[in-house]
Amino acid sequence: MSKKEKIPRQMMPEQDPKVRSTNFDEVPLGYTEEQAVLEAKRCIQCKKPTCVTGCPVDVDIPGFIKLIAERNFTGAARRIKGTNSLPAICGRVCPQESQCEELCILGKKGEPVAIGRLERFAADYERNADAVQVPDIPASSGKKVAVVGSGPAGLTIAGDLVKFGHKVTIFEGLHKSGGVLIYGIPEFRLPKDIVDAEISYLEKMGVEVVTNVVIGRGKTVDDLLDEGFDAVFLGVGAGAPVFMNIPGENLSGIYSANEYLTRSNLMKAYRFPEYDTPIARGKNVAVLGAGNVTMDSARTALRLGADNVTVVYRRTEVEMPARAEEVHHAKEEGVQFKLLTNPVEYIGDENGWVKGMKCIQMKLGEPDDSGRRRPVPIEGSEFVIDVDMVVVAIGTNANPVIPVTTPGLETNRWGYIVVDEETGKTSREGIYAGGDIVTGSATVILAMGAAKKTARAINEYLK
Amino acid sequence: MNRIVKKTQLSENVFRMTINAPQIAEKREAGQFVVIMTEEKGERIPLTIVDSDRDEGTVTIIFQVVGKTTMCLAAMKKGEDLFAVLGPLGMPTEMEDFGTSVVVGGGVGIGVAYPIIKALKEAGNKVIAIIGARTKDILILEDEIREVCDRLIVSTDDGSYGVHGFVTDVLKDLIDSGETINRAFAIGPVPMMKFLCEVTRPYNIKTIVSLNPIMVDATGMCGACRVSVGGKTKFACVDGPEFNGHDVDFNLLMNRLRMYNVEEEEARKGCKCHE
Ligand SMILES: Cc1cc2nc3c(=O)[nH]c(=O)nc-3n(C[C@H](O)[C@H](O)[C@H](O)COP(=O)(O)OP(=O)(O)OC[C@H]3O[C@@H](n4cnc5c(N)ncnc54)[C@H](O)[C@@H]3O)c2cc1C
Ligand SMILES: Cc1cc2nc3c(=O)[nH]c(=O)nc-3n(C[C@H](O)[C@H](O)[C@H](O)COP(=O)(O)OP(=O)(O)OC[C@H]3O[C@@H](n4cnc5c(N)ncnc54)[C@H](O)[C@@H]3O)c2cc1C
Ligand code: SF4
Ligand code: SF4
Ligand code: FES
Repeated sequence: MSKKEKIPRQMMPEQDPKVRSTNFDEVPLGYTEEQAVLEAKRCIQCKKPTCVTGCPVDVDIPGFIKLIAERNFTGAARRIKGTNSLPAICGRVCPQESQCEELCILGKKGEPVAIGRLERFAADYERNADAVQVPDIPASSGKKVAVVGSGPAGLTIAGDLVKFGHKVTIFEGLHKSGGVLIYGIPEFRLPKDIVDAEISYLEKMGVEVVTNVVIGRGKTVDDLLDEGFDAVFLGVGAGAPVFMNIPGENLSGIYSANEYLTRSNLMKAYRFPEYDTPIARGKNVAVLGAGNVTMDSARTALRLGADNVTVVYRRTEVEMPARAEEVHHAKEEGVQFKLLTNPVEYIGDENGWVKGMKCIQMKLGEPDDSGRRRPVPIEGSEFVIDVDMVVVAIGTNANPVIPVTTPGLETNRWGYIVVDEETGKTSREGIYAGGDIVTGSATVILAMGAAKKTARAINEYLK
Repeated sequence: MNRIVKKTQLSENVFRMTINAPQIAEKREAGQFVVIMTEEKGERIPLTIVDSDRDEGTVTIIFQVVGKTTMCLAAMKKGEDLFAVLGPLGMPTEMEDFGTSVVVGGGVGIGVAYPIIKALKEAGNKVIAIIGARTKDILILEDEIREVCDRLIVSTDDGSYGVHGFVTDVLKDLIDSGETINRAFAIGPVPMMKFLCEVTRPYNIKTIVSLNPIMVDATGMCGACRVSVGGKTKFACVDGPEFNGHDVDFNLLMNRLRMYNVEEEEARKGCKCHE
């Protein structure tokens, strides 16, 4: 026992910051088998594992870690997949430090078990060994479900519903499936091969994926029900960009994070001109906000050749919503931070291209609804930052296409779909929803957790 | 799936293509558009649905070759498949019997104007169409439009055909001739739309324009297509593409359309479609 605890938390090898800030290859390189086994041996196999209570989909954490310690890597991957169908993705993008790992008992005195890294290792091992098995699909129930949107929520529910024996068709608006996993999160954090592999796995299980169909434009949700789908699941995400509505915001060179990341990731503009879609390559780039999306945009700008990339945020580092690891990676790569700073106006050159961003200094005042101290402007403290490109990454809103075209579908005052939390049921019979379109922009694993519950509810409904 | 079933060349740089897309054909209305990709590495570009045939399950587009994607599209042949076709997108044209409607189309904008002319006629309007081009050889759709409107006036900048002059002058003359105009539509290059709006503004004739900003997803997700209308930011792909022209900030639109000039030139040079 005492010997076990002496093993230090295994670091994952990473690309050197100087090198990686010039390429789009994945930053962390993954554990070797030896490292994974060592790390797995740190887990003390708690009888009442607190770590599991921190995981929104109840992964059998001690169970899969024990299998890794026994070098049964494929077995470990299958154990995880008992409750989490996308481990290679979650192992990479889950905010483990505030979920499973936060509650790991070892974290009390020292460092928690690296659950996320082990999860990633097991899933990568299985995929690279070509050991992924398509589960047996039960006899057809004769029921059909339409899943709108192919993000983590849609992919998860599709997988669960086919395993219940229902026929599933996913409708995706873009030309490529995966939602934010494909168009938002960059290659250097989540290689797209992994997402593609998950989708082809679903297809092997019999899920039909139809791309290039925006439900609500042309075909509506009611059309799907009329066509004979017995239930519809809406996993359409929180896709509409938020701007600040300040003067000059439509100048050339000012992007929403959605546009910037979609150009780079979905359209592969970082490989222009091999791919046709262009992207501005700013030299002095400001990125507004402080979430994961901000860090992804900032690190993308560096990789596209910027000399200076500055994150501009109106609060302080403590309030930054991004994962600690992302902020750390961004800093290592040379992203600068201008905190307690808020833009108030953009200045353009004679061609209408942004050349300056007027900002005001902020200070922290009383706590607001979210419990965070509210930033307040300091009068007369305006100053101008030289920029030739800006990415606005201050959040997203619900896309109104589905609510507006689905009569009787109840939404809240921000436009998110109202559901029963336990079942994902909406105000309309046979229509369910989950993921960001219900919660607002959240996390991959929460979207998956909601989809899992809803899969069970839909299964009951179809009986 | 999205097979090209027909392709014709209308002028040196303008092509018409009919594409198999039954679900789009079934639902589309005048004023809406599709997004197409010719190949997986290609760009997503918006093109107006000029016509559709529900029975055949096809939609028709008319496009001008201006850069890499339209060059590649022009190089595709009947029987080949497009990589992606998405639609119908955008808000349909606000359509009713306005009384007398004038539709002005310039250049390839004549293609965009055609479905609006047709729908206005079907809605009961008296429709006067004014179509113009730089010169006779590049004037498109004259016969098709003559068939679906009450009166057609053609102009060319160089006087090689029809009235010698710009469509702006033709519109001004028409208004001054005493014709009551209840609604105007201006569709074509941005400067043309801008000047047409200046022609109708003093007469308070509501003038609808169809804007063509750069788009990426065209579903309201990215904001690339933002335009300023009446001082408010709108997303042309979901709020438009048609807006009240008297409220549109055309200079902003022109600036934003130039955003990738350098890259577009590079892409064009790298195009291997014609080899
Ligand atoms: C840049 C970025 C970085 C992030 N980083 C992290 C991270 O590190 N860790 C983490 O846990 N979370 C992260 N998130 C959040 C996470 O990605 C989302 O919470 C999650 O993807 C939500 O899943 P979803 O299935 O609800 O929706 P989405 O992933 O948004 O997928 C919705 C899909 O529906 C499609 N769609 C929308 N409307 C229609 C329609 N009408 N018809 C057909 N299809 C439609 C969309 O095209 C899209 O593909 C990040 C988000 C972004 C943008
Ligand atoms: C709603 C809408 C309807 C349109 N309908 C038609 C039509 O019916 N016929 C037609 O010929 N053209 C139409 N256009 C314009 C057409 O989309 C562009 O000409 C096309 O995208 C050019 O692509 P390219 O790669 O060949 O040229 P590029 O070299 O990429 O660009 C050449 C020009 O096209 C503009 N452009 C580039 N990319 C885009 C893009 N993704 N979206 C919009 N504009 C872009 C650029 O500003 C530039 O001026 C429409 C545009 C919109 C927004
Ligand atoms: S799914 Fe996420 S929260 Fe759950 S164990 Fe894996 S990394 Fe932790
Ligand atoms: S709490 Fe930590 S040590 Fe205990 S089972 Fe979970 S991962 Fe292992
Ligand atoms: S093109 Fe992306 S929002 Fe209009």
